[in-house]
Amino acid sequence: MNPIPIQYYIFLSATLFSIGVLGVLYRRNAIIIFMCIELMLNAVNLLMVAFSNYLNDAGGQVFVIFIMTVAAAEVAVGLAILVLMFRNTHTTDINVLNRLKW
Amino acid sequence: MVVFTKNPVFSVLYLIITFFSIAGHYVLLNAQFLAAVHVIVYAGAIMVLFLYVIMLLNQNQDTEPHKSNMVKFAAVICAGLFMVVLVGSLKGTDQLLQGHPSPDSGYVKNLGKILFTEFLLPFEVASVLLLAAMVGAVMLGKSEKQSPKA
Repeated sequence: MNPIPIQYYIFLSATLFSIGVLGVLYRRNAIIIFMCIELMLNAVNLLMVAFSNYLNDAGGQVFVIFIMTVAAAEVAVGLAILVLMFRNTHTTDINVLNRLKW
Repeated sequence: MVVFTKNPVFSVLYLIITFFSIAGHYVLLNAQFLAAVHVIVYAGAIMVLFLYVIMLLNQNQDTEPHKSNMVKFAAVICAGLFMVVLVGSLKGTDQLLQGHPSPDSGYVKNLGKILFTEFLLPFEVASVLLLAAMVGAVMLGKSEKQSPKA
């Protein structure tokens, strides 16, 4: 079996992470910002699986399971906060939520 | 595609495609158990949650006021520079890696053995974290009218 060079996975993960950063900076809808955070977490997961495979260490995959757990918890709480925020302001635009500045 | 689509529902669908391709990469990397877990957790649970919230909040049309062109341009520049920095800093890592991948490292047997011996305490802490997140989500999502009574 000819393995894929790890460089490709590094490039792919960096690209995915940058797309996530771009989405967080680019959009104003809070739901899409959450999705871009998920995208960044997945880029990190992919890189961790790649390194754990190439280093013969299954601990990386265990850490990916923990990251998935934390991501699931974060999405649940974040979407609950989002529903609450929508109930108060009737929008998901993050620029409306600048009241903490004053 | 996830970023630039105007409609949030289509954005979620593109994100599901991305997650399935990442699961395919996991299979290529001998992590079959992680691929299955990834498909179940992300494409099954998290995306359903996203779609449900989008439908609940009635966001499935383009009502989003857009940022100014200056901010968009700055965002693109920042993300591009960030990617250049990441790739540049990770470029020299291939000399570090000499090991050959073993074909069975991602199976449930090996993974479970490590998870329940070496990483037992983080595993329990993760379960407590999930419980706390569940309680917190229910508390936050509860209707406001019942709270003064309690």
